Amino acid sequence: MNIRAAESANPLLPPVGEIVIGTITFAIAFFVLAKFVWPRFEQVFRARREAIEGGIERAEAMQAEAQAALEQYRAQLAEARTEAAQIRDQARAEGQQILEELRAQAQEESARIVARGEEQLATSRQQVVNELRGQIGRLAVDLAGRVVGESLEDQARRSGTVDRFLDQLDGMAGTSADGRGGATGSSVYAPQGDR
Amino acid sequence: MTSSAHALADVLAAEGGGEEGGFQAPSIAEFYPPAIFEFSVLGIDFEITRIILIFWLATAAMLVFLVLAARNASVVPGKLQYIGESGYSLVRDGMARDVIGPKGLPFAPFLASLFFFILFNNFMSIFPFAQISPNSKFAIPLVLAVIVWVLYNYIGIREQGAARYFKDAAIPPGVPIGALILVTPIELLQVFVIRPFTLAVRLFANMFAGHMLLVVFSLGGVYLLTAGGIFPLFGAASFLMALVMTFFELLVIVLQAYVFTVLTATYLNGAVEPAH
Repeated sequence: MNIRAAESANPLLPPVGEIVIGTITFAIAFFVLAKFVWPRFEQVFRARREAIEGGIERAEAMQAEAQAALEQYRAQLAEARTEAAQIRDQARAEGQQILEELRAQAQEESARIVARGEEQLATSRQQVVNELRGQIGRLAVDLAGRVVGESLEDQARRSGTVDRFLDQLDGMAGTSADGRGGATGSSVYAPQGDR
Repeated sequence: MTSSAHALADVLAAEGGGEEGGFQAPSIAEFYPPAIFEFSVLGIDFEITRIILIFWLATAAMLVFLVLAARNASVVPGKLQYIGESGYSLVRDGMARDVIGPKGLPFAPFLASLFFFILFNNFMSIFPFAQISPNSKFAIPLVLAVIVWVLYNYIGIREQGAARYFKDAAIPPGVPIGALILVTPIELLQVFVIRPFTLAVRLFANMFAGHMLLVVFSLGGVYLLTAGGIFPLFGAASFLMALVMTFFELLVIVLQAYVFTVLTATYLNGAVEPAH
């Protein structure tokens, strides 16, 4: 096609040769790109995405691990706290119990002591009463015996009695200061008790 | 810009002949450089022109760049890999996944190929010594648009079934019956004719116009510099403008590659998911 012919050419009516050349060239270019270039880029994108996702996954796993550790730590802490509270409560309860026991024991002890004291008091009182009763009886008998005894005694002993009484009085005069005259007297009249 | 001026000065010299007196505005002949090599196969004439060589070189450069970027690709990218990867993930995530939806990822390789192919070929419009984009030849955008057209129709039929796909295309759901007289022809025309046509023309026209703009300012600058008087001053302004337009062209290059790919993704989205 020479230049003069081109002057009248319509630019929107391309020669068939150019269309064929354009088609073939684009086809070759597309083939080469689709075979050697774009798949490589896709591969790189995939590798990059996997690398990033792997990193994210690792980070997530780590975070989960940390979270689990924290949970565990918290659970242990809570457990320890409840345990401590339990121990404290128990200790308090035990202390209370011990106090109660001690108090009960002390009360018991004091009650026992009081009871023993009362018992002892009662015993000694009884003893005193008994003793007194015996002595009073004896004294009464003695006195009665002394008042009327002389006449009631048989003749055989009557003579002896007076003497003895006199002796006794003599003895009593010697020991009356310590009040044993009565006791001596009773021992003197022991044969009467045998009677 | 001077390289463009040189390159085109040849064309002008061949064309202008004896009319040295006035300014020769660039014409559509810009896009029909003489064939370097010609042959015919099965009755089809092939002309290997400068633009076709640029087309092949740009495509080869793209392949070399991307293959180098992808070779030894690792999780921690090098500079080259990073650039290639960024382009790919822009298309993969921004278009295949976000525009088409969950079924979009299988289309990422096609969309990314389309994007880089258009981008590198567009870039030839400001690449020194090339200075013309193969996409300013309608054949290349047309080929791409037809491939996209075939693909989204095929996917639509495969995903929704032929009956459903064509029915939805002709009778969009939710349209009152009376309006169908108007809507059905428009919809059919739009899906099966206008879409691929606009897709191709948008890219082609942008590259075509961009090239024309640059050539006009460059050649104008050259002409004014030699015009004498105070005109070299305007010549300098013209070159400055050419520089500014080059940066503008850079924007258009990226934008058109992006737009073509995004629209492809949008059409594929319509094919993958039934109309609602």
